[in-house]
Amino acid sequence: MTSKKYILGVFDDEDVLLNAIEKTRAAGTRIYDVFSPYPIHGIDDVLGIERSRLPIVAFFCGLCGTSFALWMQIYMLGFDWPMIIGGKPHIALPSFIPVTFELTVLFAAFGMVITFFIISGLRPTMKVPVMDVRSTDDKYVMAIELKEGTDVSILNDLLRSNGAIEVNEKEVVK
Amino acid sequence: MQHVSPIREPLVTGGKTYADITEDVCRQVEAKPNVRWMMALGVSLVFLGIFIYSVYRTLWFGIGEWGLNKTVGWAWDITNFVWWVGIGHAGTLISAILLLFRQKWRTSINRAAEAMTIFAVICAAMFPVLHMGRPWLAYWVLPLPNTFGSLWVNFNSPLLWDVFAISTYFSVSLVFWYIGLIPDFATIRDRATGPIARRAYALLSMNWTGSAKHWSRYETVSLILAGLATPLVLSVHTIVSMDFATSVIPGWHTTIFPPYFVAGAIFSGFAMVLTLMIITRKVFRLEDYITLEHVESMNKVITLTGSIVGVAYITEFFIAWYSGVEYEQYAFINRATGPYWWAYWSMMTCNVITPQLFWFRSIRRSLTATFIISIFVNIGMWFERFVIIVTSLHRDFLPSSWVMFSPTSIDVGVYVGTIGLFFTLFLLFAKFFPVVNMAEVKSILKSSSGVSHTHNPDASMHGTAPKNSHKHD
Repeated sequence: MTSKKYILGVFDDEDVLLNAIEKTRAAGTRIYDVFSPYPIHGIDDVLGIERSRLPIVAFFCGLCGTSFALWMQIYMLGFDWPMIIGGKPHIALPSFIPVTFELTVLFAAFGMVITFFIISGLRPTMKVPVMDVRSTDDKYVMAIELKEGTDVSILNDLLRSNGAIEVNEKEVVK
Repeated sequence: MQHVSPIREPLVTGGKTYADITEDVCRQVEAKPNVRWMMALGVSLVFLGIFIYSVYRTLWFGIGEWGLNKTVGWAWDITNFVWWVGIGHAGTLISAILLLFRQKWRTSINRAAEAMTIFAVICAAMFPVLHMGRPWLAYWVLPLPNTFGSLWVNFNSPLLWDVFAISTYFSVSLVFWYIGLIPDFATIRDRATGPIARRAYALLSMNWTGSAKHWSRYETVSLILAGLATPLVLSVHTIVSMDFATSVIPGWHTTIFPPYFVAGAIFSGFAMVLTLMIITRKVFRLEDYITLEHVESMNKVITLTGSIVGVAYITEFFIAWYSGVEYEQYAFINRATGPYWWAYWSMMTCNVITPQLFWFRSIRRSLTATFIISIFVNIGMWFERFVIIVTSLHRDFLPSSWVMFSPTSIDVGVYVGTIGLFFTLFLLFAKFFPVVNMAEVKSILKSSSGVSHTHNPDASMHGTAPKNSHKHD
């Protein structure tokens, strides 16, 4: 059982928050995370979040879907049990396109979403460790991890002078 | 810093704050079910009972319980299937295509429209599965290794393409809808007081905390899913139309079918969205989120797609004449003047004439008129499929096989039964799930609420909330 302490700066305007993030990072403080009720435009840049590579995952999953669908249809109708259907060739590529397209979409969508769930740690749990419940309603919460020997009052002043309406401390037991 | 358009009307009215959005949407999730909801659910359950009885009769006594005969081997079942799938398409159009076009008005209606998609596809799937007669063997449509000498499914058949298209469409729509629901489930979870509600919404919210990194990925995932769902929705109705277009029956064998079916699907789907939204906004008091502006935008889509459908009807007729094929010409003359003339002219009136009324702004912005016209469009689109299917089949190649189709009470029971199933699912959704996407509405609030949230840096430094200066334009 380890426990970590966080300082939470609560904001109620997204522009104030963005400004505060910049000031806090400029002051050399490492921000643990920022929680908001909706995606804030421009927060990726000020927090230094890199562009997600999930589209690449989607592309390769889609490619797997395409190859699987083509292999499946060519193997089944072309080699495993060839039959003449409507006088068409055994491997009638034009009529394999619809199923190939559908499986490409299916694999791409599911592959990407499952990857998103895994890398973000999203899974069904009974108890969710929320820093501040208002962050899913109408407040923005900036969390800064409190290390041994950090001066709380300096952080407090830093957050307040940048527009935080509240500064709280939170202990999270893991 | 913030932009208030002098031309566009606000998408969220009533000077709402972020907290108001949470409050307004969560209200009906947290409150005890009201009487109107209970009554609506009661009526839906009666229809669901009719559905269960009709399905029992169909499965116990067989497909002979339906009015099908040797000549008209497909009638209400496929009509209803295409009708329901078409209705579902508006949900994906609103959530995916309008996302790619960056239409902000979609945010307050996409959740309910996507729910409608999922429930409509469930209703649609009932018909092919029941028409199998032995639904417990439905897995035979999948290419599974088997003991019949490993005889595989026929990948050249549009009916098999349908299996893949509908199941992919259903599962991708479900995932898209669920991804959108996760942040809103988190909001409800963090407000929940009861022990069951708290745990149930915690499970549904998938550990969501609203972290900036997660939001960044979430937006990427939504965008890519929208990009995937857009061609998917077009492919689904294209493939549905190929069920007919690839056969050699006069009236079916036309290349216009894919675009014509897709336009018709969006047309009927938007009508159903309007029918549902006009009721939902009233019952759940969401008039500030689903405004007349939204209704008007949807009515414009109806006018556009309705006109495309009208042009398609006329083009079909023209091409039948222009082709010089006697049988093709007969199929179309028979549609308009034969024994099913009443179905044809119901279709023409409801689909071609009624949506043209939306050229008048006052009708576009009238809730009563919109509601009535949306019902007309739904009826018209049902008749469209009936006309295409039954009138093309009932005059077979041999005049000795010419028959009329008449539905049995079981046919009617299965059809109105699926409407009961649809509304049961929709009412349960409306009670337990957030009907408006709170996170997305919050994200457009600053630019589209008509209220300028000006921020005073001096005030916030001393710990007071920024003042909102209300300025309606």
